Amino acid sequence: MSGATVAPASEEELAEAVADAARNGQPLTVEGNGTKRAMLRPVQAARTLSTRNLTGITLYKPQELILSARAGTPLPEIEAALAERGQHIIAEPPEPGPLFGAREPATLGGVVATNLSGPRRISAGAMRDHVMGIRAVTGTGEVFRNGGRVLKNVTGLDLCKLLSGSHGTLGVLTEVTLKVLPAPERSATVALRVLDLPAGVRALSAGLGSPYGVSGAALVPDDGGRGPLALLRIEDFAESVAYRAGRLRDELAGMGEASLVADVDESRGLWRRVRDAEPLGAEPGDAVWRVSVRPTAGPAVARAVRAAGLARLLFDWGGGLVWIAGPPTAEAHAAVVAAARTEGGAFTLFRAPDSLRAAVSVLPEEPGPLAAIVRRVKAALDPAGVLNPGRMRAGA
Amino acid sequence: MIRLPDPKPEVLARREEIVSALRRAVPGEGGVISEPLRLKPYETDGLSAYRQPPLAVALPASTEEVAAVLRVCHSIGVRVVPRGAGTSLSGGALPLEDAVVVGLMRMNRVLEVDFDDRLAVVEAGVTNLAITREVEGEGFFYAPDPSSQLACMIGGNVNMNSGGAHCLKYGVTANNLLGLKAVTVEGEVFEVGGKHLDAAGYDWLGLLTGSEGQLAVITEVTVRILRGPEGARAMLAAFKSNEIAGQAVDAIIGSGIIPVALEFMDRPAIHACEAFANAGYPLDAEAMLIIEVEGSVAEQDMLLGRIKEICERFDPISLKVAETAEQSLAIWKGRKGAFGAVGRISPDYLCMDGTIPTGELPHVLRRIGEMSAEYGLQVANIFHAGDGNLHPLIMFDANDPTSFGKAEAFGADILKLCVEVGGCLTGEHGVGVEKRDLMGVQFTAGELGIQRAVKSAFDPGWLLNPAKVFPLEGNAALGPAPASVPHPAAA
Repeated sequence: MSGATVAPASEEELAEAVADAARNGQPLTVEGNGTKRAMLRPVQAARTLSTRNLTGITLYKPQELILSARAGTPLPEIEAALAERGQHIIAEPPEPGPLFGAREPATLGGVVATNLSGPRRISAGAMRDHVMGIRAVTGTGEVFRNGGRVLKNVTGLDLCKLLSGSHGTLGVLTEVTLKVLPAPERSATVALRVLDLPAGVRALSAGLGSPYGVSGAALVPDDGGRGPLALLRIEDFAESVAYRAGRLRDELAGMGEASLVADVDESRGLWRRVRDAEPLGAEPGDAVWRVSVRPTAGPAVARAVRAAGLARLLFDWGGGLVWIAGPPTAEAHAAVVAAARTEGGAFTLFRAPDSLRAAVSVLPEEPGPLAAIVRRVKAALDPAGVLNPGRMRAGA
Repeated sequence: MIRLPDPKPEVLARREEIVSALRRAVPGEGGVISEPLRLKPYETDGLSAYRQPPLAVALPASTEEVAAVLRVCHSIGVRVVPRGAGTSLSGGALPLEDAVVVGLMRMNRVLEVDFDDRLAVVEAGVTNLAITREVEGEGFFYAPDPSSQLACMIGGNVNMNSGGAHCLKYGVTANNLLGLKAVTVEGEVFEVGGKHLDAAGYDWLGLLTGSEGQLAVITEVTVRILRGPEGARAMLAAFKSNEIAGQAVDAIIGSGIIPVALEFMDRPAIHACEAFANAGYPLDAEAMLIIEVEGSVAEQDMLLGRIKEICERFDPISLKVAETAEQSLAIWKGRKGAFGAVGRISPDYLCMDGTIPTGELPHVLRRIGEMSAEYGLQVANIFHAGDGNLHPLIMFDANDPTSFGKAEAFGADILKLCVEVGGCLTGEHGVGVEKRDLMGVQFTAGELGIQRAVKSAFDPGWLLNPAKVFPLEGNAALGPAPASVPHPAAA
């Protein structure tokens, strides 16, 4: 774990701290509240730079669907301000408590830097899709803006997307502008007990291919010993939810034993648990992987990793996001990597003890010609290599 | 006038050799064009005021041929201008005298459609509408719908991150992609993303989208396809002032309704469209909204009923809710013909494309009206009201040698105003050559330097679509003494 922590109270001070680090060649662990330290690889740095003191909502225009906040603003503070005006963060990012045992809330900067999205990803886009603007500090301490505070903007290269999901390795986010939307009035869930995983994914595909606007499509492989359970969510105004959830249940009834979770609190609770991967049932010592494949390939990934003894699974995003939990061994990791590769998808070692995550590739390698480009992009934004070195890949 | 960099004499001198090498890279009939007369169709794009025939045009039929063309160009240091259908309104495909245009129109195959995984893999030269045509039999569609969707190609859409009238609900191109195949400036093929969501690692897919041909040549695209709604219906609401129409928009969004489309037209736009299409638009209105909702008939009734109630609070001049699909089409008819309508009033016009915070609309339209009087040029405004994307159509007379220059200056003033009120230079058309020299209005030199550094990481010699997006000043790779292209009207 990192030693001294610096948590500047202004962007200017933060930029100075980064510039200092670059001049002295002292790498920094970059974080918000540090809730996702166990994600990807451990950073080799003596000092930590935190954005936790850069807080506060700086702009909120509900009618323009736009909210800006400093990077260290806790997510619950933003959600509360949005809820007052009946709005929400679209991508439904998971909370760090259940997955990482964090006691503090995630920050806006942390969620954007890791591009974490929940079940609504399948219908409404990823966290990065709603990042309309950023302020950030490069690895030399230079402050820059990209994007803006409007919903449609193609002016220049989209560095908002490049920095979203870059895990603090290309710049330190200091402020983020998000597109937000009205929170749906109601939520209901169609639950379908199915014979096996392929049948479950077929049901999810049928739901996502229906005209009813399914906003969540998950599959719990073994629902308390009663076999797989497919879950499909409808969110909208009350009249629409009642109508569409009913139609969906009727249309999917031939694919399994269908029931309707019409109670809004029960439906929301269900999707909160899916969002935080609770049905995965990861044990405290487990490693957790996320594999992203085309949805119909989800069951094949399950077969492959089960054969390697990894039994704890959860599917989201129509079957295309496979959560896997199991022993943190190199053999288990190799099985996950092989399964993702065979199905043409991507893997992330999402959470693991340092011993495993320092020893293996936690992400797929960059494809051939991009490897050289990556080095040049990194050199352009962080020439001294001080921002989160080793976080995504060893020696980078 | 927009200046273009000096042609490289050493490239012009090797023209024959380059053309021969290109013919080896793209063998067969129609693979390479070098005869001056046949280069003519490639000398301009949707920004037709600028014209410059290229050195040659290569029309590869596969990713491998694109790679071979790029290897030829890279080895000799030839500039490359990628081109789809040539519909760019910002001059994104404007050639240079010493550049090879790489036209992707022969790469027009749909390679795969998968309804269970809800995706289609298509080559870069497939038109936007062709994707929807391919999947609509099963009730699916490809969501981004730029006005030029009949002609424009998906490769161009990706490079410009195109939007459309329905992106308030469905997002822009970037939100509807899964993967790309592309070729580096050195001629190496690579893939980003895939058939899955959110590939781990850096978001190359997001960075390449909207990169205007600055980073790589895109040859294949994997798009998401969506199941269409049960139905859609539009309504029309007309108001006494731009301010009031703006307030109505705020109230609709504030009520939690996100219509699938929310289009605003000002008085000149209403008049132009009505004269052209006889759509029944109210000519006594200052501002008009077209609002479209989706769902079952009952859901459409519910949403249109609520929106109508909201509009009634703002003293409307006219409210017309379509009862049938035909009435819906009639409401859209005028708006969809807007470009033709303005073209009938004035054969020459510039279509601008800024974005503003929606709350600034009344102020911005007032200022545009004042500038219109100052410049002595008419302007009609069409506005994607939900997302703040403003399209002023500035009318000018190409036969008057001073008119085009005035129209350009007027347009630049509007875009500066967009930035001044918190918006941006371009919402969906791209920077191209058109807005290149205004980039300094929106970004500091340092911010542009960072974007340039990312460009350099992909294209160290600045051979890919040069003279677009980034100002020439301070850019050693583009030559110290830029030349200018004379405008035909000014010549």
